Amino acid sequence: MAGESVKLLGFWCSPYALRVKWALKLKGIEYEYVEEDLVNKSPQLLQYNPAYKKIPVLVHHGKPVVESLVILEYIDDTWKQNPILPEDPYERAVARFWAKFADDKCVPAMMGAFTKQGEEKEKAVKEAQENLKILESGLGEKSFFGGDKIGFVDIAVGWIGVWVRLTEEVAEVNLVDAKTMPLLNAWFERFPELPTIKECIPPWDKLLEHNRNFHKRLTAGST
Amino acid sequence: MAESSEVKVLGAWPSPFVMRARIALNIKQVNYAFLEENLGEKSELLLKSNPVHKKVPVLIHGDKPICESLIIVQYIDDVWSSAPSILPSDPYDRAIARFWAAYLDEKWYPSMKGIATAQGEEAKKAVVDQVVEGFVMLEEAFVKCSKGKPFFGGDQIGYLDIAFGCFLGWIRVTEKFNGIKLIDQAKTPQLLKWADRFCQHPAVNGVMPETEKLAEFAKILMAKMRAANPPN
Repeated sequence: MAGESVKLLGFWCSPYALRVKWALKLKGIEYEYVEEDLVNKSPQLLQYNPAYKKIPVLVHHGKPVVESLVILEYIDDTWKQNPILPEDPYERAVARFWAKFADDKCVPAMMGAFTKQGEEKEKAVKEAQENLKILESGLGEKSFFGGDKIGFVDIAVGWIGVWVRLTEEVAEVNLVDAKTMPLLNAWFERFPELPTIKECIPPWDKLLEHNRNFHKRLTAGST
Repeated sequence: MAESSEVKVLGAWPSPFVMRARIALNIKQVNYAFLEENLGEKSELLLKSNPVHKKVPVLIHGDKPICESLIIVQYIDDVWSSAPSILPSDPYDRAIARFWAAYLDEKWYPSMKGIATAQGEEAKKAVVDQVVEGFVMLEEAFVKCSKGKPFFGGDQIGYLDIAFGCFLGWIRVTEKFNGIKLIDQAKTPQLLKWADRFCQHPAVNGVMPETEKLAEFAKILMAKMRAANPPN
């Protein structure tokens, strides 16, 4: 199956595209990367993802796969080397559970802490902390969610470690620290240091600048 | 874990999500105990098995709890791996099935719920239009996935049939209460026929509640909701 046409439509600071880059890198899959202009979406993007019109889109042999978690499963189904999901059915169910929990419960609260102000912001911060604490229980004492090496949940959720720090810096909040969530905090530091993972993360300064500008625009309307 | 370990489903008869788990087990001809939860007073077992969400369905296989309906369906397919398969065998077909199932839960279902809570005729029409738009996309998906066969999964009920078909009871109740057709001959003729086939399938007809019974339940539920949240 090697050497066939794989294309990824993404956006440089999208965490959802980052998930897919990590998965492709871990499997050693070569691909063509296409940077999409999200303000002027290309006809290609609109054709490949009419339902959501969003990136990432993985195009394999001309056929599009959309929604990042669906793409991760597709990659694991198609390229069998370095499996991302565990083999055991129960462990697979647990992995899928935590990835979904992070997306459904941690991410919206984290976004709320970033985008909201005043009382709503405080509420979002509290919710984010509570849900991140629950997420920590899925990790436990393991080095990674996947055990000794990274797996599905690490790839799906690992970006949150970087984005939590961005949110903390830009929105001036405290979400995760060594005192309140020692295990998650340690994983937040451990995961992005892995060479294959680090290579794909955009430079911190660039991410910070982009998010500061975004935050400014969001909060500019109010005094 | 031995396939022959005891299987339980914690659920509630009106829940489409619970139905997904039961249909999947029926397809695999797995015997299970159905433990009906009183959602006003959740059991110790439910709270222990799903401490994170405290919701049904929960599949308990031996001593292991599995939560989240679509995750349960995939688990069932993984464990009882002999035919018939629930997920398609081709990775691309799987991705399509997973995509539409996720779309149903994340985008379509919230708008469906919105029909009951919409304030005013205009708002209601807007939500109804959204729901119907979703069905038109699913009609297209049906044509592509079924490839001329009776179900999204082909000759047999598959993952997307289960993910979507579980909502048919509630869709019919909504049609009845609002005097509208959500799945109809004009816009979604294939889905209309598929809906009947799905509901009559042996793995489904024992667990799909009758529209009348569901409508009665819905009336009671809506009355409770109105009492708890009176307008203005």
